[in-house]
Amino acid sequence: MCLAVPAKLVTCDGTNGVADLHGNRVEVSTLLVPGVKQGDWVLVHAGFAIQKLEEDEAQETFALLGDMAKAAGKEAAASVAAERGFSATTRPDTRKGGSK
Amino acid sequence: MSGGERKTDLCAMAPAAYGTRIALAHGGGGQLTDELLESSILPHLGNDLLNEMLDSAILPQTPGRLAFTIDGYVVQPLKFPGGDIGRLAVSGTVNDLAVCGARPLGLALSLILAEGLEKKILEEVMASIAATAAEAGVHVVTGDTKVVGRGQADGMYITTAGIGMISGQGPHPRRVKTGDVIILSGSIADHGLAVMLAREMPQMHSALRSDVAPLNKMIETLMKRIATVAFMRDPTRGGLAGAAADLARRTGLHVVLEEEKILVRPETQHAAQMLGLDPLEVANEGKVLIVVPEADAAGALAALGDDPRGVDARVIGRVEARTDGVCELHTRLGGRRILQKPYGEQLPRIC
Amino acid sequence: MSAALSPQESIARLRAAAARLGRHANFMEVCGTHTVSVFRSGLHSLMPDNVTLLSGPGCPVCVTSQGDIDQLVELALRKDVTLCTYGDMIRVTGATGSLEGARGQGADVRVLYSALDAVKIAIAEPRRQVVFAAVGFETTTPATAAAILEADRLFLGNFTALTSHKVIMPAMRALLEGGSSTGKLINVDGFLCPGHVAVILGAAAFRPVVENYGKACVIAGFEPEQIAAAMALLVEMVADGKPVLANAYPQAVSEEGNTVAWGLVQKVFEPCPSYWRGLGVLPDSGLGLRAPYTRYDARIRFELGTPGNREPAGCRCGDVITGRATPAECRLFGNVCTPIRAIGPCMVSSEGTCQAWFKYQRVSKEGKP
Repeated sequence: MCLAVPAKLVTCDGTNGVADLHGNRVEVSTLLVPGVKQGDWVLVHAGFAIQKLEEDEAQETFALLGDMAKAAGKEAAASVAAERGFSATTRPDTRKGGSK
Repeated sequence: MSGGERKTDLCAMAPAAYGTRIALAHGGGGQLTDELLESSILPHLGNDLLNEMLDSAILPQTPGRLAFTIDGYVVQPLKFPGGDIGRLAVSGTVNDLAVCGARPLGLALSLILAEGLEKKILEEVMASIAATAAEAGVHVVTGDTKVVGRGQADGMYITTAGIGMISGQGPHPRRVKTGDVIILSGSIADHGLAVMLAREMPQMHSALRSDVAPLNKMIETLMKRIATVAFMRDPTRGGLAGAAADLARRTGLHVVLEEEKILVRPETQHAAQMLGLDPLEVANEGKVLIVVPEADAAGALAALGDDPRGVDARVIGRVEARTDGVCELHTRLGGRRILQKPYGEQLPRIC
Repeated sequence: MSAALSPQESIARLRAAAARLGRHANFMEVCGTHTVSVFRSGLHSLMPDNVTLLSGPGCPVCVTSQGDIDQLVELALRKDVTLCTYGDMIRVTGATGSLEGARGQGADVRVLYSALDAVKIAIAEPRRQVVFAAVGFETTTPATAAAILEADRLFLGNFTALTSHKVIMPAMRALLEGGSSTGKLINVDGFLCPGHVAVILGAAAFRPVVENYGKACVIAGFEPEQIAAAMALLVEMVADGKPVLANAYPQAVSEEGNTVAWGLVQKVFEPCPSYWRGLGVLPDSGLGLRAPYTRYDARIRFELGTPGNREPAGCRCGDVITGRATPAECRLFGNVCTPIRAIGPCMVSSEGTCQAWFKYQRVSKEGKP
């Protein structure tokens, strides 16, 4: 129900975008993230982009941020995680040991 | 096609449209049936045996033990990315023979058509059956055609029976031993999810393709080179989880699968998430699970890799000594959970 | 400083912290998607003996009144209605069956990826009454709000939503404060907080749980590795006696959240009391359409009442959802109540605790279920 995946906006025209989600092309609305443009990475849930993502973060697919410089503006809560060294848990970049 | 139109689209019929659509009379066994066979079926499937059009096909004598199988195909939609009901009807039955170590000798095809089905669709399916049968090196040697009323059979149902010959000792659960490894020939869940996505979300442009394909040639190569293949199974309904759980239950041994080794394509994984399904439980129609002694694993992988359908083959698990009949998954995280046969009908009408 | 934490390292840190605890610690996740990820990943089999991760009321379908499902099925069976729903809802079964079952009886039920698709269908098929099944927590509600606003912009006369949206915080408060429905307080030391709810609401939304109740909170993503890392962080916080709010999903979650998205929700919806299966009626825990948008309320359009709140006899979902019982401790579990014939809400949906137990049966250290 809460599943959201990172995707790249391959087209974006007003609030109508198309995202490539692991090979499934879906129309996504960018209504909830004004200011995103073609080529941006976003978090997509049920046909809506709900958050803009930084490309390198999105590329690592959910790697946890450890770099405090990048976390600037992402406040105290994030820094607690970082201070304890809870940083990047890198995932393999394709799921479940598979390649395309 | 939107949901509401789906059923009627295939079966809408103007009164005198016998030319382009199936009518009840085509199933009557009379001249119209002959006409349908001549125009739409035999041109695609015709071969020496079938063309004799006797009540039974008489097969040449062949040494060995007979394997015999049957399957019904009720997939919706009739065509889906990567295949159609015709390709499915040949592949499914051929694969059931092949995984028992049998060389397919002939197929029997029963068609149940709905009144109003477009002849064009019937012919496309026949062409697909012919092409898939040619790929498998087998013929449809006998068949039957019936027609039911408009709206029934959702266009078309197919039942395929297959006969094959086993020479030597065939694979069987009793040949599975502790220490054997489990090989899977490629990625999982592509078929079931391709069909589900085509049915539920036809508007989505997906990279998903059914893997439906006859695997008998690949399996024949494997068995020629590796005499110790203990057991094989095609993980269709119930998916890999169902097949692996069954293996554990039948052998009474403990089966372990390694999640990291199980290949799931990204587009398949994403489709599964959208539809709330677990890829491990989704049907495959072009994959085979193979149990061999560990010493022969490398050879088996090499044999499979020589066939385009087996290039992604990997060892995904093993058989362990505990006699509990349980199948366990070792997860990516390093944890464990039990794999069960799916409880009910997760995926209706996918094969 | 940014060393990558592998799952093995997370588990090792979790175990080391658990050893320091000196007592048993309970944690709870409150998101159905976390429930499924936790069970599928086998995380339970890796937990130390003195740490328990409970599943709370995080499955929106499960906590939705069965009557809501029945209303959806009733509407779907109407000849003039096109019922639009997300894919994971079609197999959910109420007392009268599922939407998939209704489709088998000829109902026009369509699976959507986006709520806006329902609006598109309404535009394309003006003679159909399009009803959208709007279920979900804060992550999903902005989509419904956007769809209603779009329908309103076009002044569509054939689009309505059957809304069952809920918000999670009142449920968390109810769990922590107890009450007539929930009985005693549950005993948890901290929460694994839903990462995508936090994307919308912001990390700050969970701060009251820490400040008012002293519980540790870690906002986590949904991959097994992320959950493992978040659990390690939770146990460490409790072991060190420093329960705070930590955001372990900072690439997607900011302190203030997506204010545009939540702003749309607040424009279209207002808090209202809502019935939670297993918890009872909680004030301000549901979202109802505000006055300018009630014309898009399917219950009003089709003159449906509020669904009943009857709970099945013998069902212990209330205890399961509040972490006081495991599914195995309910005598209906697995015999009378199964995924095919679900009696209680926890078995109904693919994200329900009981269904997760049934399907993903935990493996003990000895390898026995």
